[in-house]
Amino acid sequence: MSTYLVRRFFLMILTLIGMSIVIFVMLRLVPGNIADILFDSAGFVDPAAKARLEAELGLDLPIPVQYGHWMGGLLTGDLGISYVSEMPAAEELAPRIPITAKLAGLALLFTVAFGLPLGVISAVRQNTTLDYILRIISLSGLSLPSFWLALLILMAFVRYFDWMPIYTEEPATLWDELLLLSVPAAAVGFRSSALVMRLTRSSMLEVMRQDYIRTARSKGASENAINYHHALKNAVLPVVTIIGIEAAFLIGGLIITETVFNIPGVAHFLVEAILKRDYPIVQNLVMLIAVIVVVVNFAVDLLYAVLDPRIKYAD
Amino acid sequence: MRVLYLSMVAVSLAGLVSGSGAALAQKSGGILKIYHRDTPPSGSIIEEATNSTLSPYMGVFNNLVMYDQHKPTNSLDTIVPDLATEWSWNDKYTQLTFKLRSGVKWHDGKAFTAKDVQCTFDLLLDKAKQQLRKNPRKAWFGNLDKVTVDSEGQASFHLKHPQPAFIALLASGYSPIYPCHVPPAKMRTHPIGTGPFKFVELKQNEHIKFTKNKDYWKKDRPYLDGIEWTIIKAVATRTLAFVAGKFDMTFNADITIPLLKDIKAQAPKAICELRTTNVSTNLIVNRDKPPFDNPKIREAMALTIDRKAFNDILGEGQLVLGGALLPPPDGVWGMPPEVLQKVKGYSPDVAANRAAARKIMEGLGYGPNKRLNVKVATRNIATYRDPAVILIDHLKEIYIDAELETVETSNWHAKVARKDYMVGLNLTGLGVDDPDAQFYENYACGSQRNYTGYCNKDLQKLFDKQSMMTDQDARKKLVWEIDAKLQEDGARPIVVHNKNATCWHPYVKGFTMMTNSLYNGWRLEDVWLDK
Repeated sequence: MSTYLVRRFFLMILTLIGMSIVIFVMLRLVPGNIADILFDSAGFVDPAAKARLEAELGLDLPIPVQYGHWMGGLLTGDLGISYVSEMPAAEELAPRIPITAKLAGLALLFTVAFGLPLGVISAVRQNTTLDYILRIISLSGLSLPSFWLALLILMAFVRYFDWMPIYTEEPATLWDELLLLSVPAAAVGFRSSALVMRLTRSSMLEVMRQDYIRTARSKGASENAINYHHALKNAVLPVVTIIGIEAAFLIGGLIITETVFNIPGVAHFLVEAILKRDYPIVQNLVMLIAVIVVVVNFAVDLLYAVLDPRIKYAD
Repeated sequence: MRVLYLSMVAVSLAGLVSGSGAALAQKSGGILKIYHRDTPPSGSIIEEATNSTLSPYMGVFNNLVMYDQHKPTNSLDTIVPDLATEWSWNDKYTQLTFKLRSGVKWHDGKAFTAKDVQCTFDLLLDKAKQQLRKNPRKAWFGNLDKVTVDSEGQASFHLKHPQPAFIALLASGYSPIYPCHVPPAKMRTHPIGTGPFKFVELKQNEHIKFTKNKDYWKKDRPYLDGIEWTIIKAVATRTLAFVAGKFDMTFNADITIPLLKDIKAQAPKAICELRTTNVSTNLIVNRDKPPFDNPKIREAMALTIDRKAFNDILGEGQLVLGGALLPPPDGVWGMPPEVLQKVKGYSPDVAANRAAARKIMEGLGYGPNKRLNVKVATRNIATYRDPAVILIDHLKEIYIDAELETVETSNWHAKVARKDYMVGLNLTGLGVDDPDAQFYENYACGSQRNYTGYCNKDLQKLFDKQSMMTDQDARKKLVWEIDAKLQEDGARPIVVHNKNATCWHPYVKGFTMMTNSLYNGWRLEDVWLDK
């Protein structure tokens, strides 16, 4: 086991080094040059001034040297300076990450809190009016683009409350912030909750036809005990897998939602940075995401052995 | 020395004291909340050519002189004192001397002197030790030889040849005075000025905050305690937010004509002014790339443009037709309709224009069975894309099949500068409604912003000639002649002059929207909130 752990750890380090090279090179393969982009707002590109600017930003150095500078900085905690704002990249990123994390957490909460129980109800009340209504809602959740839904929500707020749940100034308390983020979280979580709802329903229907459910019913167990204790417990396994996958996909939805609700999170910021070829921001942020994914995977690999006694890692 | 403008200075000073009229009613206090369309590229006005920077940061600075903030049409007659209290020309109009205001302090407490004026223009002339990263105003000051410090309170501008309208360039929001003691890099991230508002902070994609300069040299100004610009990229979100009352004002000319209808319907009490912006939609053709190196083909392309169609589709008939310079009453120097109609391609008889264009194309070997395939490049934003699509339709009329090539917006100028295009649809904003600014910036041989590389030596001489003229009426006639020639040469055929609206809620007072520039009316020191 210990040999496996050491081997797995070094593999993780190698993966991260590979990722950093891919991120660094891919960014520089994208057409468009930061110097050109910085000049765009001046309405012209002066070749001499552009060369000066490239030298100032270190873009005239060979790519391996630039990579070395980045890696050296990462190891010492220096993420570099944003080309666009000319501020330290760490200062630009640090306040934005928690905002997106909170929004993603709330969206996931919305997904589970609505998707699971409504899916169960839909299955239990199969082919009733309530089931049809819930299925229509879940279908609409899957078919409505999140940016459109977000705009509809904003319009409804303006129309009926003369107010808009958008981020224009920093909320005073955590509670205020969560309240403000709950609407965009619902907008982005609606699609995922629809998916969870449909999957829970079909999974529940399949499980409820199993022999052990019939046995439980014949033993005189209450409907609630059958549905929530016996059926849901078994039906939820594929749903949990989907929730995990949806959590990874959430970042895509958050880009749109952060833009429409004007939330200064990291998802919208990443897209802006990519468009402006703000390499220090993009490469550090993508690297951070890569680190999280790789470390979580490593942790999950380790957990498999703990959770499932059938899995053994040979030394 | 011939002292000019002194009487005007006195009148202007009186005007400044009285503000915009209802002098007694102004209330001090409050934060003006405006939305911004994107994060400004930097806070350094002299390094940028976008109102994303100019509009929020103009209040940080002062100029030597500026356009009267309450007269909508900028002209030589509306220039008022700012850091200069008076100015005078020598007899030859080659030396312009400014007496400077005393007791003015930079936001960091240091004293403003004539040396700062010299430093600013040394930067613009690339003479300073620390250079600007970008210098888009270089073309404006090509005639400026040097600035000298006569005394702590007086500076002189020495010109290479007479240029009586030189002062018009100094009055633009694009000509602020910078401090000697703050390097250009810091001016980009934390600008220091002498203006009514001090920069507080910029957070990318979030906000830009300014606070009242309590030591401002102009007594009782500004009225506002501060200004907060909230950055909202999504058009629908920011428009709805204005309607919902989250903001006191929209961004500078952010509202298009179709959007204006929505705002008027949803916020009927809001004040919305639809004005010309001195931003023109124009056709750029790469004259180095065959077959467009043939002037005949460029002439045919200019002739096929149906300007009325552009106006009807894009502006519901409210846009303005003109040459390079914006025509009156919105502009000062443009050709009036009766002159414009005589310019080749501007006749309302579009069918006749196109017949002539087809004849040219047939003469070059093109026809219904031999069509020319081109790409029309443009920025990938609606204000560029929409007219480009109409242009493609018009080109079909003369045997040109064009395909739209949308370019990622931040790569647009780099692509144009590399001459990596065949035909392009561009928008050009003019900082100052003066022929010197227009001709030297966009049409002069070798100018960095002369995207098509048009260079007509004879016309260049006329640029200089008009620039040296003191009789402004006679100058105007010559300017019309030049403008007509530019259009007939297809230098950069102007399609339409655009109009956009700025909206504000009725309690926002003291703001005047300019008609002939987006870039000169955002000092905001006279704006107050009647709440």
